[in-house]
Amino acid sequence: MSDDHILAVDHLMMRFGGIVAVNDLSFVAERRKITALIGPNGAGKTTVFNCITGFYRPSGGTIRLSHDDGRTIALERLNDFRISKQAKVARTFQNIRLFPGMTALENLMVAQHNALMRASGLTFLGLIGAPSWHHAEQRAIDLARIWLERIDLLARADDAAGNLPYGDQRRLEIARAMCTEPALLCLDEPAAGLNARESGALNELLLSIRAEQGTSILLIEHDMSVVMEISDHVVVMDYGVKIAEGPPQVVRDDPKVIAAYLGADEEEAIAVMESSP
Amino acid sequence: MSATKARPSHAAQPLGSASILKKASISALVALVLFSLMIGVRTEAGPQGGLIYWTRFGELAAMVAAVFGGSIVIELLRQWWGPVDKDRVVPKPVQAAFAFVGRWLAPALLVFTFLVPVIFYDQRYILDLAILVLTYVMLGWGLNVVVGLAGLLDLGYVAFYAVGAYSYALLATNFGLSFWVCLPLAGILAAFWGILLGFPVLRLRGDYLAIVTLAFGEIIRLVIINWQSLTGGPNGVSGIPRPTLFGIPLTAGDDGLAARLGIEFSPTHRVVFLFYVILALALLTNWVTIRLRRLPIGRAWEALREDEVACRALGINTTTTKLTAFATGAMFGGFAGAFFATRQGFISPESFTFQESALVLAIVVLGGMGSQLGVALAALTMIGGFELFRGFDQYRMLVFGVAMVLLMIWRPRGLIGHRSPTVFLERNQAISSDLVKEGHG
Repeated sequence: MSDDHILAVDHLMMRFGGIVAVNDLSFVAERRKITALIGPNGAGKTTVFNCITGFYRPSGGTIRLSHDDGRTIALERLNDFRISKQAKVARTFQNIRLFPGMTALENLMVAQHNALMRASGLTFLGLIGAPSWHHAEQRAIDLARIWLERIDLLARADDAAGNLPYGDQRRLEIARAMCTEPALLCLDEPAAGLNARESGALNELLLSIRAEQGTSILLIEHDMSVVMEISDHVVVMDYGVKIAEGPPQVVRDDPKVIAAYLGADEEEAIAVMESSP
Repeated sequence: MSATKARPSHAAQPLGSASILKKASISALVALVLFSLMIGVRTEAGPQGGLIYWTRFGELAAMVAAVFGGSIVIELLRQWWGPVDKDRVVPKPVQAAFAFVGRWLAPALLVFTFLVPVIFYDQRYILDLAILVLTYVMLGWGLNVVVGLAGLLDLGYVAFYAVGAYSYALLATNFGLSFWVCLPLAGILAAFWGILLGFPVLRLRGDYLAIVTLAFGEIIRLVIINWQSLTGGPNGVSGIPRPTLFGIPLTAGDDGLAARLGIEFSPTHRVVFLFYVILALALLTNWVTIRLRRLPIGRAWEALREDEVACRALGINTTTTKLTAFATGAMFGGFAGAFFATRQGFISPESFTFQESALVLAIVVLGGMGSQLGVALAALTMIGGFELFRGFDQYRMLVFGVAMVLLMIWRPRGLIGHRSPTVFLERNQAISSDLVKEGHG
């Protein structure tokens, strides 16, 4: 049923000169579900992300985003900041991209730029200190406070983001993306560099985002404990093509996936996959 | 072994006497090459107009020896002193005193500035200097929006200063418009040029941006020189009207301010009036900038300086954000230009050379990018300090250069390097300059 799809990627193609990074990739992400995109290094996962979030313009294929209200947006035709502003797709980055010299609170305020810009009458109302602007600013601070509380960083709200520990920065980046109030949240390796306890907390955060905000999540991840535990649907890529798709348990036992991850020796590969937490 | 105590090995290891001598010899060699032409040979125009020269090898030898000896002394001093860090150079009590002074410096400076015309009423030279300093404070604050907040390196800021100055000069001399009508027009025209410059440089970063803005500054100056029919070319525009106080001129005539108030006329009245005009303009710049920083547009500027890619991912239109930064900075430059024109009464392209851009940029960098107080202090140091060195005569530039180098060693991120957050929940704590990015253009 197509109504359940928030994102439909159809025959997506991305070429860089002679290199085909993504070749004829099609998959769908269901609404209010967590879809994981996995694959070995260099499989083209981040390229797919960059196409969806407007950093690359695809060489071919379509990417359709359907909102709750029935609007359908062709993401491959939008670019740059419009993906976030109009299509309501937010993303995080593989190597964290916070604003290190700004406080955690300021990071979350910058994320609400477009809403605040409207409230400040394109700056002019704000400049003269109109009461409506002050109310809007207070609401923005309250929203930021709610997210800081959810990621357990309220006590460090006034610390520079660059001073926070690595795991906190990861969570802050997710909170910042959520402050844009997205319909689809794209996470590029959110668990990279986290320890077991931190990735456990991350799982809970993502599940609560899905449950409470109803945000659909698309994530790239190498950490199988995260993928297997929280994702509803897994898409596996290798060398730019989709090699498997399905629920986590099915994908996990797919011999093609195991081969892609660990080379040809399936016996050994299965053993390693089983032992992973 | 704790990681925090580890220092770079080159600073910790004492050098042997051989390597000290080697370093000193290299320094002496460099000095020999440099000074052999600068000091060793002296040329002058002879009585017949031909060039005569004589050698001064004695002085040259003394200079090279001084460099050699000085190099050894410095190296020994460095070993004795150990690695330089803040706690060693500036003791804790002094740092605490600095913090105290820092809290009260801005209000104290503001009160003092208001009182300058009262205190120095009889000293025309100091009043003129104060007006000059305030003009540069305003220019610094204007450029600070572009360079300090948005992180876009602009080497052609003087272009907007020139646009503002010529806008007022031409509107006033050709159409007889008054200063107070022309002031906003000059700002709008300069902002328009800022947007015009902004478009081609939107895709450029860092060095490339700097080169294009530098060229833009030169283009404006060359257009002014060559468009003789409009701008008067190198002769400039003269007879620019002086500002009036709500239509009342500050002249000796019967309708002048002095006559109307029934006090004796003095040319100082106009200087004091100009002083308060530029002070008001500078404070307006400061007020607007401080407010803008707390509005979404100001936060977007700073976010742009920190990470442009992240800004785009958050739905911030980086194009309009950059253009508004250019336009806002240019507008303040235009205001300052209009004031400059009315104060001088005469403007020519010579006032708008690259040197002015460099000076204003130096003020912003020296002050600490993004810091309003820092920029004001830097303008005071650069413009006022330069006047202080007048006694050094021909060594003025040298002393000035050394002072700049020392200041940048002491404070590599400017006088006030830390950044204060624009919004806070509990504590308003400054952010260390190590974390704040300088922008990539």
